[in-house]
Amino acid sequence: MFAAANKLRESGVLGLNERNADYIMRLNPRRLYPLVDDKVLTKKLALKAGMAVPDLYGVIAHQGEVRKFAEIVRDHDSFVIKPARGSGGDGILVVTGRGKRKRDNYRLSSGLFVSEGEILHHISNTVGGQYSLSGNPDKALIEYCVHFDPIFAEVSFQGVPDIRVIVYRGYPVMAMVRLPTRASDGKANLHQGAVGAGVDLGTGETLTGVLGNDVVEEHPDTGALVEGLKIPMWDFILESSARGYDVTGLGYLGVDMVIDRDRGPLILEMNARPGLNIQIANGSGLAHRISRIEDLYDASAGPAERAALARREFPAAVEHQTSLF
Amino acid sequence: MKQRYVYMLAALLTVIGLSVFYYKWQVLGFPLTANQETPVWTIESAITFDSGPGSIKVQLHVPTLTPGFRMLNENSVSRGYGFSLNYGSGGRQAQWAIRRADGEQTIYYRISVYEDDSVDQSDTTPPFPPLPVINEPLKTAVDVLVSDVRDHSADTASFTTELLRRVNDPSPDPNVELLLAGVDSSADFVGVITTILASARIPARMVRGFPLSGRQRSASLAAWLEVHDGDQWLYYNPTTGEERLPERFLVWWRGNEPLLSVEGGSNVEVGFAIQENHLDAVAIAETQAAQRGTFAVDFSLYSLPIQTQAVYSVLLMIPIGALIMVVMRNFVGIDAFGTFMPVLIALAFRETKLLWGVILFTTLVALGLSIRFLLDRARLLLVPRLSAVLIVVVILMLFISLVSHRMGMETGLSVALFPMVIIAMTIERMSVVWEERGAVDALRAGLGSLVVAVAAYIAMGMHWLEHLVFTFPEMLLLVLALVILAGRYTGYRLTELRRFKALSTD
Repeated sequence: MFAAANKLRESGVLGLNERNADYIMRLNPRRLYPLVDDKVLTKKLALKAGMAVPDLYGVIAHQGEVRKFAEIVRDHDSFVIKPARGSGGDGILVVTGRGKRKRDNYRLSSGLFVSEGEILHHISNTVGGQYSLSGNPDKALIEYCVHFDPIFAEVSFQGVPDIRVIVYRGYPVMAMVRLPTRASDGKANLHQGAVGAGVDLGTGETLTGVLGNDVVEEHPDTGALVEGLKIPMWDFILESSARGYDVTGLGYLGVDMVIDRDRGPLILEMNARPGLNIQIANGSGLAHRISRIEDLYDASAGPAERAALARREFPAAVEHQTSLF
Repeated sequence: MKQRYVYMLAALLTVIGLSVFYYKWQVLGFPLTANQETPVWTIESAITFDSGPGSIKVQLHVPTLTPGFRMLNENSVSRGYGFSLNYGSGGRQAQWAIRRADGEQTIYYRISVYEDDSVDQSDTTPPFPPLPVINEPLKTAVDVLVSDVRDHSADTASFTTELLRRVNDPSPDPNVELLLAGVDSSADFVGVITTILASARIPARMVRGFPLSGRQRSASLAAWLEVHDGDQWLYYNPTTGEERLPERFLVWWRGNEPLLSVEGGSNVEVGFAIQENHLDAVAIAETQAAQRGTFAVDFSLYSLPIQTQAVYSVLLMIPIGALIMVVMRNFVGIDAFGTFMPVLIALAFRETKLLWGVILFTTLVALGLSIRFLLDRARLLLVPRLSAVLIVVVILMLFISLVSHRMGMETGLSVALFPMVIIAMTIERMSVVWEERGAVDALRAGLGSLVVAVAAYIAMGMHWLEHLVFTFPEMLLLVLALVILAGRYTGYRLTELRRFKALSTD
């Protein structure tokens, strides 16, 4: 048992206790949490900092406003409804189209049609706090539905694949792509069965994926190779993530981005308690990279410099690179 | 900095907790294990006499310094008499007085003692006794005997031993024979010996008391010899010369004064009865703490009303359950619903017992979940839905109780002890996880909760631990210290060793 713990320690794996006690509690002051816990607020801050985010169509904050839903989406055929304070991708409803005859029938990302009544019920639940961490009343966001870039089309089953970057004191340290599967019901959440693939910070190319705790080479639903995909606009993605630190002040931050076909990388949300599965997806521990940043830390460096440093310092491990060729 | 602060805090709590614990355990004698009993002897002296026409005053010697024993309590029963305790030359004296009394009178004095080796002879060093006034021809006999014994001894102890050997010789020399002529009781015998010792300027006195053993309806006083060797009092068996007190010898009083004096009464009789009881060691420690006037007794849980005590004996185990939660969550890494839900379930298990507890809990949650899924179709708002689940849980509990009662299984009735609000929240939470993450996750977390609850139940059900925490509530400071230390544990959780297995360097 202790031998196993020592091996993990050697490879720099960060455990939950260490993440909570040494990083989240030290670097993420409680008062900054609302900035990322409330997606409406995050969106406003990101916009102010000149970052690209999906357009907000409307916010429903009270039960009485639920009926405003039809009006909010009147001009949109596709949109996403999500709780402002949700976690782990729970309570997100992706509407990709409407019924041809009945415009108040909505097609979900799964292909199923639901009535407007069911959607209103979902919004009520959201506003009532079903998906919020503490069960407190919440708001429902209705925003632009990302038309994701075809780069990941082969390796996603419905839903929106996204890119998670862990940013330590402003420096990107690790990234992964999260690919929805049939099992994850279109959600890009590893806990729910999405495939995670590590990303070479140097090149922006994907590494092998993980499903649960196992390494996989192919997407379980599409059968396409997960490895070796080149993420477009990688520089911009790293820089935007680094900028997330300047916007929120959180020293241990997870930035979630999607790549829109038309609009490029957009910031979806930020997370003050990003999960640790990213280590499995990258086949590498976070601790070594974090201590490297501690050594190189420069308070005056801007987001672009920090992103450049990350590209330079954290290319994929050697064995991954050789396996590409 | 933070780390040092945590260690200091934990160390401080540990030191406070342990020192209070040590004081109560070692000094006050609080027992470490439950149902520890200490033998307690109650000696009752009954004084009977016929009252005279005038006022009556009764004086009785009562135990003062009792090596090897500590007094638990004493009391007197006497109708209409004024009672007081005074110090006389032979130690404490109980005194009863009344202006007028009619007919036969009975006065009881009762004392309870228990063994305590730490009680020592703490009497002061006596002055050299004055030379006794003895008439001839006894004086010559004493002088000859003393000088003869002095020639055959080196110090007080050997003098006494030699003297006792001579007076107990089956064929005594004429001087001893002369001195012992007319001695017809052991008290007289010891009286003569103390006189001889006084002639040799050796402080000595008679000690009277009882060897305590079991139950005696009429115990008789034994006379023992006490000699001061300049440093301490030594006890001698006057007939064998052996230098020690008998086993469990309770010293009642010292000196040549009579045990009892009654003024204004006749036909005086005094009898002693001894009773051996076993008392809870906790009760004795409490009494002792009270006698010492320490804070420990003021803040002892045993001073609370019995019903409150029962409540606290359960409540004090909750920190233990919380400690188990911490271990299971942060060291093992088991998923469970709600932070303290498993502890509350474990509390309910205490009443239902484990097997039934698990069966009832599983049934309740399973039924609640299925009804919750039916309710889901009605698309209720959050709070009304939670309330609906709560009501369903209450109805289910009622139903389970009634069915099991019908079937003659009374254990089913105890389902009412489950914390229904917690169960309702668990069902709601579980159904949400079920929908969002799938049945596997929901069942795993449900099972995790049950495992933690069972672990907490086992820890909280340990009787020795319950006794320990209840008798020494300062132990909670230790639990607090442990929890605080665990709060800074940044190592891996047991389940993470498996989770990150792929990452370990080989």
